[in-house]
Amino acid sequence: MGVSIAGTPKFFGAPEMWDYCGHSLDVARLRGATYADVRVMHHRQRDLTTKNGRVGTLGQSESIGLGIRVVANGAWGFASTDQLTREGVAQCAAQAVAIARSSALAKKENVRLAPEDSYVDSWQGPCLKDPFEIPLETQLDLLLATDAAMRKVKGVTLSETDMQFRKIDSWFASSSGSKIHQRRVVSGCGIVATVFQGDAIQKRSYPNSFGGQHVLGGYELIESMELLRHAPRVAEEAVALHSAPQCPEKVGTLILGGSQLGLQIHESVGHPIELDRVLGQEANFAGTSFLTLDKLHNLRYASPIVNVVADARPAHGAGLGTFAYDDEGVPAQRIDVIKDGEFSGYLSSRETAHLIGLPRSGGTMRTEGWNRLPMIRMTNVSILPGSWTFDNLIADTDAGILMDTNRSWSIDDRRYQFQFSTEIAWEIKGGKKVRMLKNPSYSGITTEFWNSCDAVSNAENWVLWGTPNCGKGQPMQVMGTGHGASPARFRNVRIGTAFSNE
Amino acid sequence: MSPKSKSSPKHAAPAAALRSQRELQQIGATVLRLAKARGVPETEVHLDETIQALTRFANNTIHQHVAEHGLVVSIRTACDGRTARVTTNRVDEDALRSAIDDCLSLASHQPKDPQSLAMPGKQKYRAVRHFHASTAALTAHERARAVKASCQFAEKRGQVAAGIFSTGQSQTVLLNSRGVAAAYRQTHGTFSVTMQQGSAASWAKGNAGDVRQFDPMELTKVASDKAARAENPVELAPGKFTVILEPAAVLDLVGFLFYDFSATAVADQRSCFANRLGKQLLGNNITITDDVYHPDQLGTPFDGEGVPRQRVLLVDRGVVKNLVYSRQSAKQAHKKPTGHGFALPNEYGEAPMNLVVAGGKTSVEEMIASTDRGLLVTRLWYIREVDPYEKIMTGMTRDGLFLIEKGKIAQAAKNFRFNQSVLEMLRNVELLGPARRATAEEAFEMVVPAMKVRKFHFSEVTKF
Repeated sequence: MGVSIAGTPKFFGAPEMWDYCGHSLDVARLRGATYADVRVMHHRQRDLTTKNGRVGTLGQSESIGLGIRVVANGAWGFASTDQLTREGVAQCAAQAVAIARSSALAKKENVRLAPEDSYVDSWQGPCLKDPFEIPLETQLDLLLATDAAMRKVKGVTLSETDMQFRKIDSWFASSSGSKIHQRRVVSGCGIVATVFQGDAIQKRSYPNSFGGQHVLGGYELIESMELLRHAPRVAEEAVALHSAPQCPEKVGTLILGGSQLGLQIHESVGHPIELDRVLGQEANFAGTSFLTLDKLHNLRYASPIVNVVADARPAHGAGLGTFAYDDEGVPAQRIDVIKDGEFSGYLSSRETAHLIGLPRSGGTMRTEGWNRLPMIRMTNVSILPGSWTFDNLIADTDAGILMDTNRSWSIDDRRYQFQFSTEIAWEIKGGKKVRMLKNPSYSGITTEFWNSCDAVSNAENWVLWGTPNCGKGQPMQVMGTGHGASPARFRNVRIGTAFSNE
Repeated sequence: MSPKSKSSPKHAAPAAALRSQRELQQIGATVLRLAKARGVPETEVHLDETIQALTRFANNTIHQHVAEHGLVVSIRTACDGRTARVTTNRVDEDALRSAIDDCLSLASHQPKDPQSLAMPGKQKYRAVRHFHASTAALTAHERARAVKASCQFAEKRGQVAAGIFSTGQSQTVLLNSRGVAAAYRQTHGTFSVTMQQGSAASWAKGNAGDVRQFDPMELTKVASDKAARAENPVELAPGKFTVILEPAAVLDLVGFLFYDFSATAVADQRSCFANRLGKQLLGNNITITDDVYHPDQLGTPFDGEGVPRQRVLLVDRGVVKNLVYSRQSAKQAHKKPTGHGFALPNEYGEAPMNLVVAGGKTSVEEMIASTDRGLLVTRLWYIREVDPYEKIMTGMTRDGLFLIEKGKIAQAAKNFRFNQSVLEMLRNVELLGPARRATAEEAFEMVVPAMKVRKFHFSEVTKF
């Protein structure tokens, strides 16, 4: 069997990786596993931060190891090791089989996997400029200059910047014959200006809050964000928020900026469509979902202008949920989640696909690293662009509030009731932005909210936002997900609830 | 539970074992030797070894079952006011040499920091013993057997169980070239169970350094009994309620204060205690310490630089008296370091990781009996900060919200969203239960009491 390994790192040499994969699969089979898949993964990461003109975090890390998932006695077992020797991986495979046999103690029925072809392939995500090859001075100089530009604005009490880069190589092999190598480079950056004044703290972030924007790609992302150019505006807005009026409490028209709509999709569409939640497998921790199986093709999730897809294919864009194959060797796919407002599809795996009558997995099994089990995760869950220009959307709004850049997010464990607050808002009157508002927030019930959507702006304003910090699973796994979104308008939304005292 | 109650079958995997402390110290000594040979003036090395295993169940069956074993070496070099950190899980000499070179390279490309300090010298540590051989020896089979019993109990009651049983062991060795030599090892176990009855659910969780300190079946019964009472919830209008917060709910709210006690956070003016030190900010029945030596706490008795942790009185009868300090923030504030610094370099400084909220003598049952109308809150969920200075938090109740009328639990209530200032809440505490180690999902484990709180603000209701 020929294997293309173009682009694999010199580290340890790829043939050894395949040998560890093959040997652990052989041991698992000999020990009685009826199915096994194995991942060797090598993570490299660089983190840079500044605060008030000084370097904060300056570090690099790497981690390499092997994780093997097996079915034995009809039940699952998983073990992982950082001992990359033939003896080490053999011991790990044997442990996984023994764990599976223990799992069988409390088994209801045998694990059943949807059929899938086997693949021998190598894929590398887009990366024009390897961030690990860019001189550190270049990266720190940009962050320190941006940090200084924010502090030049009178009133700023805290300036912070960050960059994060990751390079992840994975070698996947399965007992059914797949051998897949993938390399993904992820880059992210962000800046924050904070102002403490009187008895309040206000802040503004760019290009997004909680670490900024993250994509699949190289240093070209950092250059495209123009951090230095945006620093003065970000700082000035943080200062201005202190003298802005409080966002009113009312029911009214809401326009969400793209990054906030991305998080709204993440929480109120992306999580409820995870089939493991729907089936109760996350009941103890992440929660369940209101999208019970009877609702598939039988629920008006949103207004007819709303179309949401889960799309892991590179054609969708270079998002944090973009790959060629998921972590159980299923090719990337596009799934209609909401089609013309109707609920149309779940995120599935080889084990769960048959439960909703699918012939194969939707390809959404992903793992944080070599020592974690793959689980159903969002890929790029995106709203498709509508027809409105952003200017026309504002001009068409008689009275409303435009909210942008997330400040807090919370939703119940079945994903019905949510509340978000954002860093900033603007009042819209007579089709124009008339004044800044502070402490904005809104809340609602998921399906009522999405059914109130009456306008989505066009592809010109559509950005594939990255959410790098999605937590799920026990042990906890933090995963990056993508959310393409453009600003959108919602009617009759409850606004200002977070600061209400009633 | 007794892990030795039945022997495991031949095919069962034996529990893995940590390396000896001496072996880790040897790897650390190798790092210091290699760095010295490179001419590095100051070097620090952290070695962290972890063995974790977790049995996960749902729908009355085990659906995930995992184990991991890893060792991480983290190296910091410092030279002429420039420092950086490189972390790797490869421990052969070539890899360690390469990590040192990468660290030197990273550090050399940054501007000199005039505030950087020389690494600390030799320290003395108070002994703590948190390693329990019986917990370390617990096998996958033994966890599976306890889970099976929980699932069978659920089935007998017509309920559905979901949860985890995890056990683990870890050790840390911290050395530096100026004589710091710290070491710590611990075990831990967690059993968490959600019992579902129809569309109702409830939850219980135990966590300790020694698995014998909690009983999975006892926790199963608690969750099962509450799930049975959680059916047919009444929808109440949102508003301000007297609430009885069980320890898990208290933990998840008070836990969000932990970074506010950081001297760096106060200096950066992002703490809710900025400009409020020494003032009567909370009720006079609230006293909070940070105490890693408390018998119900776990964690290293030293910080990220190897400085011994001190017991610190943070809040004394409602007045914020003290903060915690790393060496650097202590120097800025002309204070003594308290041993709470994070591993350097970082922008956050320090934080207390072992909060203890002083309790009272009132049991939850007595609190219920003393309440004419209120709500009993089992746990909270998805808590996020709405306002950092007033410390307004939002989140949901989950897995067991019960209406109390005339001193008794009347019926279950539909879950609420809250928007509540934690500072205001800690001014409105009427009764306190005995403090105990609490565990939930939003904050790390701490020692807190149950609380009866007046005027807790629920802003909206959800559909279940």
